[in-house]
Order: sequence, then structure tokens, then C-alpha cells
Amino acid sequence: MAYITKSPWLIHYDGSSCNGCDIEVLACLTPMYDVERFGVINTGNPKHADIFLVTGSVNEQNIPVVQQIYEQMPSPKVVVAVGICACSGGVFKDCYNIIGGVDKVIPVDVYVPGCAARPEAIIDGVVKGLGALEKKQKNLDTVLTLEKVAREEAEEYD
Amino acid sequence: MAKRTIIPFGPQHPVLPEPIHLDLVMEDETVVEAIPSIGFIHRGLEKLVEKNEWPEMVYVIERVCGICSFGHGWGYCKTIEGNMGVEVPPRAEYLRTIWAELGRIHSHLLWLGLTADGFGFESLFMHTWKIRETILDIFEETTGGRVIFSICKVGGVRKDISNEKLSEISEIIGNLKVELSELTDVFLNDVSVKNRLVGVGVMTKEEAVEFGAVGPTARASGVDNDVRRDGHGAYGELSFVPIVEAEGDCYARCKVRIREIFQSMNLIRQAVKQIPCGAVSVVVKGNPSGEYVGRMEQPRGEAYYYSKGSGTKFLERIRVRTPTAANIPALVHLLPGCDLADVPMLVLTIDPCISCTER
Ligand code: SF4
Repeated sequence: MAYITKSPWLIHYDGSSCNGCDIEVLACLTPMYDVERFGVINTGNPKHADIFLVTGSVNEQNIPVVQQIYEQMPSPKVVVAVGICACSGGVFKDCYNIIGGVDKVIPVDVYVPGCAARPEAIIDGVVKGLGALEKKQKNLDTVLTLEKVAREEAEEYD
Repeated sequence: MAKRTIIPFGPQHPVLPEPIHLDLVMEDETVVEAIPSIGFIHRGLEKLVEKNEWPEMVYVIERVCGICSFGHGWGYCKTIEGNMGVEVPPRAEYLRTIWAELGRIHSHLLWLGLTADGFGFESLFMHTWKIRETILDIFEETTGGRVIFSICKVGGVRKDISNEKLSEISEIIGNLKVELSELTDVFLNDVSVKNRLVGVGVMTKEEAVEFGAVGPTARASGVDNDVRRDGHGAYGELSFVPIVEAEGDCYARCKVRIREIFQSMNLIRQAVKQIPCGAVSVVVKGNPSGEYVGRMEQPRGEAYYYSKGSGTKFLERIRVRTPTAANIPALVHLLPGCDLADVPMLVLTIDPCISCTER
């Protein structure tokens, strides 16, 4: 399934950010940076997405939303934390309502620093995410093959 | 009576760049009630005054919102300057005005793009954002950042712009006008665009006043309200007339913003012509101890900044009332009676900035 890593689809969610990184994520899609030429499409549907871009440091109310989107995405999936406040909390670290980083709720594969993260950095993060996606795909294939072998063996035994 | 259904809208929704949740109570295709629930972006920034010294709070307040971040930084500096009686050099006021107007252009272009995407005209969205990049380039050259600059500080600004650069900016803006007119022509005259906007979500002048709408949302309903007229920054020395439209529908809100982009361009060119020479910042000594309320006209409308000093490095209280907070009641009032398909348009045309609202 190499085509996933050639043209990944993204979903973007604003997990309590200041908007700075969100508009930079959108700027990646527009003619100046234009990631669509690589086949990257921004989708609104978690079930279509391979890469999850999260901005913001996630507040209490947003935890279930972020988790839900993550769970709805099909495997293999990669999470990219965009902006320093998604990585660690950044300026909002000391806020009472902030859990400080996306990795406290869902596993994160790539961290993109910057406040606001520059579009170049975001694109780089997505490309790094593709590597992770490929690895996960291989692992998944192995697991599936092993499962298949086990199933066949079990059938034979019956 | 038809059967009622509740359709949840958000927090994660393709037309929403930010999470807000609306429960739409529907009767067939018509909305009869809209129940908003917010809080997805509440971070509790105001409380950070207890942990950050007041000169550092500029960085935090700038991150109230990444779209009008310069305006927020300026608003904060303004209330502290008022609090401490600091006299800001005129050149700094002019520079702030220029950056704030560039910020308005960038914010309105961003909004136009999102709206185009909202009514399904994707190439228009792409084109608008392409033009917006020109403004971001100016920001990057003059401040070093694309969306968050930290250029404003209490007592002035951190960096000067040379006069050559200023005239270059004025020229770039002049050239942009031509390109932009082609684009806005589509927004204002294209039949399919007009079908989505004209007559949709009409808010009368009385309603706008009653619900306390501000900024372009109010001005599109005929309310002549623009805080820039009180003459803060360099606005006192520039000539402009607030842009007001009477219809109060989505089309009028779009038209106000488009005309404001051209107005901002005009203001920048005026400011570049008149800018005085001199220092761009003064040294500020001591700590704020009084109370002060500053008002600003952000791209989305009037914003309040309240500060209360304690005579120490830490302020006692800071409060920001942002324009979207004032516009949400108007939106909730507008929604009942509209079609489900128009909900995204209505939500978008008040230009909601949720991260401002919740801070
Ligand atoms: S990293 Fe900075 S710019 Fe990005 S969302 Fe967080 S505070 Fe805003």
C-alpha cells in the first residue's frame, strides 16, 4: 500500500491553540506552499485521514474530541504535533486549564517546533510523518500476515 | 408541527477552522433554535499575569489570537502605557498603525478565503490566500514573523522600518490594489456567489444595537461604530470615514470587509506619507499601579483591554473583551429561521474567532 505514503490525506484539528499555527497549516495548502501538488489533501473526515495534525496544547474539554478523532482514523496513522504549544504547552504551559502537550492524550510521532510553526517546518513534519507511516504500515502487514498464518494453522488443526 | 431533530454542528467540522459546538434544533430544513456551547479553546491566559512579569505579558496577550496578534499586543501595551502615563513617540504610533492596518488586510483576506471555501468556491479561496501571502511577506521583512511578531512593547516598538522600506511597502500595496479588485469583483458580482449571500441572515440595525454587535458585523447593519475614530495611534491624523452598509445580510458583511481592505490600503499609504522622524521607543521605568481601560478596533471589531496594576512586577488583573464575544449573541439570534445549508455562511460571516473569545 505504498500509495498511502505517496499521497497522504490530512486532518487538522485545533486543540486549544491560538490560531497562529492553524492559519499556517492552512497556508501550506494554498498556492504559495501548495502541498496538494504532492497529493496531500486536507480532509474533514477522520475516516479518510492518514495524518493527524494537531495544534494547541489541548484543554480539558478538548481531550475527548482529540481522542475521538484519533480513534476514528484507520490504521496505520501518524500524529504530528504542530507548534511549540502542541509539543509541550509553550507559553500556555502554566495555564490552569491546559494539560500541556498533545502527547499527554494520544501518541505523537512527529513534533514540529515554532511559535508559530512556519509552513516549511510543517511540511517537513508531514514528510517525516510519512516515514513513520511507512514503518507502521510494514508492522501492520507483519501482524496481519502472522495473524493469517495463525488462523490457517488453527483451521488446519481443526 | 413537524418533527424536531437536533443536529450537532462542530466542534470538528470541515468549514470550521476552530472548534465551536452548536446544537441546531431543526424542523425539516429550518433551524428553530441554536444552542451554542463553547470552551474548547479556553486556556486561562488572563491568570498568567500571576506568573509572568508585566513586560513579558505582551507575548502571552499576543497569543490570545494568532490572526489579530499584533492588535492584541498593541492593545495590551496601550493599557499599560495608559496606566503608567507613558508618552509613546509619534513614529512608533505611526508604525503601529501601519502594522495594525496590514494586519486588518491580512485578517480580512483570510476571512474572504474561508468564506469562499465555505460556499464551495475553492479556487477563489486559493486565490485570496495567494494575495494574502504578499502581506505576510511584508510582515516577515519588517518584523521577522509571519503571524506572530512580538514587535510591540510597552513604550514603543522594537524595530524601526526605514523610510525606503516604507515607500516600498506603499508601492507593493498600490500594486496589490489592481489584483485585489479583480478578486473582489468575483465576490461582489458573481451570480452564484450572490445567490449564497444576498438576503441571507438579515440583521436589522435595531437588532445589531440590541445584541451589542461590533465591528464589520455591526457596520454591515448600518451601525456607525468604529473605535479608530477616537484617534488612538496615528488615526487622529489620518483621514477616513467608517464603512457602513445598510442591508445587514451576509452580502453586506462581505462588502464591508472588502471595502475595509481598500480603506486600510489607503490608510497605510497616508501613514507612509506623513510619518515623522524620531525615536521608536522610550524607556519605561517603575511598575503600573493604577487601573486603565484601553479600546482598540480589531479587524473583527471593538476590543477592550483592562489592566489593574499592583505596584509590583506582577499585575493584579488583566481582562480582554474581544469582538467575537460581543458578536456571538447576535449570531445565536440570527440562526433560527435559516436553512441548514446556510448555517455555515451565517457562522462565517460574523468572522468568529473562538480563540479570542475564550482566551
Ligand atoms: S505554538 Fe504559538 S502560534 Fe502556534 S498555536 Fe501555540 S501559541 Fe499559537
